[in-house]
Amino acid sequence: MKLGKATREAFGLALAQLGETNPDIVVVDGDVGNSTRTELFGKKFPTRFFNVGIAESNLVSVAAGLASSGKRAWLASFAAFVMCNAYDQLRMSVAFPCLDVKVVGTHAGISIGEDGPSQMGIEDVGLACSLPNFTVIVPADEPSTFRAIEALNKMHTPAYLRAGRPNVPIVYEGDFEFQIGKANQLRAGSDLTIIAYGLMIGPALQAAEELAKTGVQARVLDMHTIKPLDHAAVLAAAKETGRIVVAEEHLLHGGLGSAVAMSVVRQHPVPMRFVGINDTFAESGKPDELLAKYGLTAADIVKAAKAF
Amino acid sequence: MTVRLSLPDLLAKAKVIRRHIVMSTTAAASGHPTSSMSATDIVTALYFGGVMRYDAKNPTAPGRDKFILSKGHAAPLLYAILAEAGYFSTDMLPTLRKIGSPLEGHPNYRRLPGVEASTGSLGQGLSIGVGAALAAKLDNFDARTYVLTGDGEVAEGQIWEAVMSAAKYRLDNLVCIVDQNGFQQTGATTDVLDLRPLVPKFEAFGWFAQEINGHDVNEILIAFDKAKHIKGKPSAIVCRTVKGYPIHQMLASDPNHHGKPLTKDEAVQAYAIIG
Ligand SMILES: Cc1ncc(C[n+]2csc(CCOP(=O)(O)OP(=O)(O)O)c2C)c(N)n1
Ligand SMILES: [Mg+2]
Repeated sequence: MKLGKATREAFGLALAQLGETNPDIVVVDGDVGNSTRTELFGKKFPTRFFNVGIAESNLVSVAAGLASSGKRAWLASFAAFVMCNAYDQLRMSVAFPCLDVKVVGTHAGISIGEDGPSQMGIEDVGLACSLPNFTVIVPADEPSTFRAIEALNKMHTPAYLRAGRPNVPIVYEGDFEFQIGKANQLRAGSDLTIIAYGLMIGPALQAAEELAKTGVQARVLDMHTIKPLDHAAVLAAAKETGRIVVAEEHLLHGGLGSAVAMSVVRQHPVPMRFVGINDTFAESGKPDELLAKYGLTAADIVKAAKAF
Repeated sequence: MTVRLSLPDLLAKAKVIRRHIVMSTTAAASGHPTSSMSATDIVTALYFGGVMRYDAKNPTAPGRDKFILSKGHAAPLLYAILAEAGYFSTDMLPTLRKIGSPLEGHPNYRRLPGVEASTGSLGQGLSIGVGAALAAKLDNFDARTYVLTGDGEVAEGQIWEAVMSAAKYRLDNLVCIVDQNGFQQTGATTDVLDLRPLVPKFEAFGWFAQEINGHDVNEILIAFDKAKHIKGKPSAIVCRTVKGYPIHQMLASDPNHHGKPLTKDEAVQAYAIIG
């Protein structure tokens, strides 16, 4: 697969583009706009860009005040900081009043590498899913990030989008469907289903190739929307393939795995396996070294698929 | 539009508001009457002393002034004010905290007209006010945002994050009112966390700050007027108040009386004191 831009870069570009046709969009930054790439919007639209400094609680509630005054507010920070430092503000200032605030957490996952665990958002998806009224999206690549941002701009309720630091392979080339709440099938298969999102889509597809060599045909679903979950796609996977592996760059607790498991148990129980970060913080290192050490590679997915 | 009552009518209105507060919390058998009563004169002046521009029949009108009750536990005060201002019927006040009623224990933005923010987790209202004031500037509205915080609440770090950002953006359309009643949940601010004097703290962050008697309606109106004429910086009005005013003497054995309604008998006594 060809390497594309990082999803945070795609987000920054998409937001700056949206700013042209959406005069009501305002962006709030907490002194990380050059990392989250909201500076691309800020440079183009300085009067609609507010850098409130290193103050995540204020960042979130200021965005809420803008939104309850008729603006369409976007804010971005590192996933770890906005989710963990300002969770009460996300809950009370944004989720409860159900305001048009789009929250973007960048530098999510252990693939940020050298900066280490303090900067790695590995619980952000679970936390976001625990906010009523929130939609939660993790795009896999550059083209689908653009589509996700466009789709989120059409919604007037709160949402969380997770973006990553490293450049990621292009999964979606040419034309493709992107609908919030609808999984994309990237590979057909009837022996088992691998459900993944974000950075783990690449390894999931690779794992499916490996499995195919041993005669196992894996279906691969890009579950880019974690909430609301595509229960129909989960049901079809359970019924038609009988086994499900969920792979995510996130703590196993509260991630996509638990959401899919609940859906499976409610609809059509089948055996499942989970690839993710197992109740631990990671460490500093090169992204690839970390992904290998913490069990987030194609080989780990293959191993899980063979463990049924 | 504004509502500007004469001074005697304003004082009478504050009495009506206080009676609503006692009645609704006693009917609910829960709630925060004393936290509501310390701020009654301030908020009554805001809504009925010709300070705020609002239209109860068009509660989401663009360009309106906003009042954000950051100390959300004083919801009985907000509800009494909004009902008297015509946002909904005063008949609803006895439904405070009852299931099905939009008059929840703390204000719910989605359920009640006139409520500008869902509050109840202390410390967030001033930041929301900063967002509202920024939006008004972007839209070139001559709209002002008033935020009421408690003197215990200002221990929240987020308050000072908001203070700093308001100064950065020169939000002269933002007013932070502190209800300095000297008590918080577990006791006196002197025993828990005392931030007095607040005026120099606001000033150090680049605000225009005044300290006034929060039960003197004249002083309150003059302070709001002064704040209106300050350009280039946000305004703080630190109001010295008495928690539970004017029934504090009746509650002298427990002057904080935080989060406790009056019994029916106490309520009768309270009505007599309020007048
Ligand atoms: C974030 C948060 N922490 C704790 C509480 C619980 N609480 C409710 S009222 C209160 C005391 C508030 O004191 P103050 O701000 O002085 O208000 P007063 O009632 O004296 O007007 C506390 C601690 C809360 N609502 N929110
Ligand atoms: Mg107090």
